[in-house]
Amino acid sequence: MGASINQIKNMLHITSLHKSYAIGDSSLHVLKGIDLSVETGEMVAIMGSSGSGKSTLLNIIGMLDEADSGTYILDGLPIDDLTEKKAAVYRNKFLGFIFQSFNLINYKSAIENVALPLYYQGLKRKKRLELARFHLGKVGLDAWAEHLPKELSGGQKQRVAIARALAANPKLLLADEPTGALDTKTSHDIMAFIQQLNDEGKTILMVTHEEDIANMCKRIVRLKDGVIIEDTPVDQVRASQYV
Amino acid sequence: MLKFLIERDTWQEVFDSFSKNKLRSVLTMVGVWWGILLLIGLLGSAKGLENSFTRLFGDFATNSVFIWGQSTAKPFKGFQKGRRVELSLSDAKKVEDNVAGVEFVVPRNQRTATLTRQLLSGSFNVAGDMPLLDKVQKKDLQHGRFINEGDMLKKRKVVVISEEIYKQLFEKDEKAIGAALTIEGVVFKVIGVFKEADVNMGPSSDVHIPFSTFQQLFSRGDKIGWIMITGQPEFDIKQIEADAKLMLKNLNTIHPEDKRAFGSFNLGDNFAKLTGFLKGMQFLTWFVGIATLIAGVFAIGNILLITVKERTKEIGVRRALGATPYEIKRQIVVEAVFLTVVAGGFGILSGGWILIALNHFFGQGDDAKIVNPSVSISVVFVALIILVVLGTLIGLIPAFRATRVKPIEALREE
Repeated sequence: MGASINQIKNMLHITSLHKSYAIGDSSLHVLKGIDLSVETGEMVAIMGSSGSGKSTLLNIIGMLDEADSGTYILDGLPIDDLTEKKAAVYRNKFLGFIFQSFNLINYKSAIENVALPLYYQGLKRKKRLELARFHLGKVGLDAWAEHLPKELSGGQKQRVAIARALAANPKLLLADEPTGALDTKTSHDIMAFIQQLNDEGKTILMVTHEEDIANMCKRIVRLKDGVIIEDTPVDQVRASQYV
Repeated sequence: MLKFLIERDTWQEVFDSFSKNKLRSVLTMVGVWWGILLLIGLLGSAKGLENSFTRLFGDFATNSVFIWGQSTAKPFKGFQKGRRVELSLSDAKKVEDNVAGVEFVVPRNQRTATLTRQLLSGSFNVAGDMPLLDKVQKKDLQHGRFINEGDMLKKRKVVVISEEIYKQLFEKDEKAIGAALTIEGVVFKVIGVFKEADVNMGPSSDVHIPFSTFQQLFSRGDKIGWIMITGQPEFDIKQIEADAKLMLKNLNTIHPEDKRAFGSFNLGDNFAKLTGFLKGMQFLTWFVGIATLIAGVFAIGNILLITVKERTKEIGVRRALGATPYEIKRQIVVEAVFLTVVAGGFGILSGGWILIALNHFFGQGDDAKIVNPSVSISVVFVALIILVVLGTLIGLIPAFRATRVKPIEALREE
């Protein structure tokens, strides 16, 4: 397969992606041929009603799930024949995850949580904690390093989660409803921070169903019944103006 | 793998997950702790009992049989039944030379005689013994010595007495060695005082004089009261007894089927029953201990399975962050092994304390029923290896379970 100049520049290149789930005897066709390219430095919101396939798409991009057919190239690297081990290594090296429910490990302190991906990279403890502290500082939580998640507010937890996603210096940041569990003010706070990361050059892919959050990205991809129905650039609304 | 085991992070992870579930971890460990405690406690006690028996039988040739003459129960070759049977020295010699597996044959004469010392006197069982007796039935001499070859050859008038006799005929703290004692009017010199055995191991006597002196004093000639036969360790003492009896019947013209002509006490047989009982008890101990241990390890596996189920989401997060299935499994197995080994270690320690307590309360003094209750290091080692192996095996079940769930499903779980 001859890759064009365009594809090489792309952070993400997906062509005719299909995915269906077996439900009993019948099967549910969730993704019906998705073509999507994301360039380095983009900030894309994936929107759609529930059941549109947006989460499935994000999971496939996040290598948490595998497509039935189609191609997926991440920063020039074809993602196929994923074994669990290979997927784990790719996730660790290339991707940062931000979840709606934060998914912090509740018996580990903030800094230990941030250091976890680095543990799986095989870094020495000292180096790990050093890097983790740096990233915690970046999200403004160095004073909270030794606190357990239950001692943090929702916004703080999401910041820790963002620091954790950033810790391994991933190529691509994947966010699944990052503001879904937060109030409006905190949401804007978090979005302002994510925008800042994007300004610094991080490529960000985000699933959301909130229009105002989507408008804070640079491009909106709308899904309906497993196909892309709209793919438009937006005039980015800066979250910082609400903060 | 070794590097993984010595890394601080590995243990940090283990301790984190335990400190999160303190109560559960402790409860889990109780099963294994209890199993090992039972195993060590029971094995140690069994060993203590065995030791106390060994001490009782200690200086005694246990592979031995005593035979003495009684009277015939069947007429044979012209002899009427009811004839008195007496063994002779030549009988003893022939048994020693011809019966397979015989180590020693120790002849002995015995009768009741009056002992007198100054104004005190009493009637006691006096035995004429060979020096060899001391080899097969070691006398616990408190003072002096036992009869020797010189006494035998010169038919010396010397006597070895038990502590009981000493107490009856001597004043407290009076020196016995060298003192004079009269047996049936003949003056003997005391050369040794011995302590009686704790258990009855066949015919015994309180007063020992040289065999040759006895022969002369009581005009026994060639006749002897009874013989003690000790067998070589690899021979069956029951077979030796049967062979010796048959031979003795033959020598004394007695019907081969005559069951009354010779009486006997087979110490080896009795001892074998006792050791058999001890072996049985040890087997039972191992069985109970290991069964309890396995139950305990299963409890750990069970709890880990529940823990893994509860931690599905956490495991999902870890995998999203880049943990490989192998890393997840490894961590769970290490947790399982760690739990079993720590619980087992405590079990070994507390088992040891129990043995110390047993020794303290029941193991003191000469008549202790449990002597030095202990388990060997190799047993402890074997128990630890069993723990590690079982811990690993049982940890594999939840480990595989943990990685069977796809990370995406694990993350979805609330």
